[in-house]
Amino acid sequence: MANKAEDGGLAIHPMDQFIVKPLFGDGPVLWYTITNVTLWMALAVAAMVLMMVVGTRGRAIIPSRAQSVGELAYGFVHKMVEDVTGKDGLAYFPYIMTLFLFIVMANFLGLIPMSFTTTSHIAVTAVLGFGVFLAVTVLGFVKNGASFLSLFWVSSAPLLLRPVLAVIELISYFVRPVSHSIRLAGNIMAGHAVLKVFAGFAAVTWVAPVAILGMVGIYALEVLVSFIQAYVFTILTCVYLRDALHPHH
Amino acid sequence: MEGDIAQMGQFIGAGLAAIGSGAAAIGVGHVAGNFLAGALRNPSAAGDQTATLFIGIAFAEALGIFSFLVALLLMFAV
Repeated sequence: MANKAEDGGLAIHPMDQFIVKPLFGDGPVLWYTITNVTLWMALAVAAMVLMMVVGTRGRAIIPSRAQSVGELAYGFVHKMVEDVTGKDGLAYFPYIMTLFLFIVMANFLGLIPMSFTTTSHIAVTAVLGFGVFLAVTVLGFVKNGASFLSLFWVSSAPLLLRPVLAVIELISYFVRPVSHSIRLAGNIMAGHAVLKVFAGFAAVTWVAPVAILGMVGIYALEVLVSFIQAYVFTILTCVYLRDALHPHH
Repeated sequence: MEGDIAQMGQFIGAGLAAIGSGAAAIGVGHVAGNFLAGALRNPSAAGDQTATLFIGIAFAEALGIFSFLVALLLMFAV
């Protein structure tokens, strides 16, 4: 631990916002301890339920505002799954919809000042990423049997190249869950750290106006990134699902 | 003194790892720029390819994120 707030020169340390704390008391963080991560994940789930269950309860022909947002999100993800995975991928639409909504809600709730961003933790995104990886691998073997392995045997390539390509494909297959989860966590963490660095500059009098203007711009960028990263996570899940359902090149 | 040199190594290493972010920026710019060039030639086909655009950007960006991770590990975990 080389970098403490005192010798960094900034009034606040940019990484302090990611500390996991127990919600009640100061005890150690055990697996059952209710922490700020638990709270904000529960809030993300509550926001999902509020939007998709409570918001669309009326089932009106002319939708209310809440219902239109819910319908928009549903249609958006439905079209994405259909376009990328194909018709037979729609059986897994509920899982992908849940993933998308959870990530988007967790990202947006994390943008509220003084809140906690659960998706900035690799522990959270790794569960999502490895969950997708395991589900897709099991599904590939269940649906295709041993012929799922033809995903690694590129039959369109020259015979001499195929073993080399198989090794590369195998490595890229097993890197998938790592890059899948680290992309989300890394983007969100980097964005929030940049926000806090600018917040630290705002404490210095003569650069404060510039720093605050910069924060506004970066905050707007972060709103965009929050949505795009949820979109990217979801669309890559669709791509992996397509590979599992149709492994032949 | 030894601790100082180790710390210097950490900071230099983290700074070097940050070069990877710049390389990822070149990659992402290349993807987006080529998409725009293609989209302006044939705007009617561009709408269907936005998903491909984002997949390409995500793959190019992933490796930059890895270098960012190395920098973070050097700064806070080593």
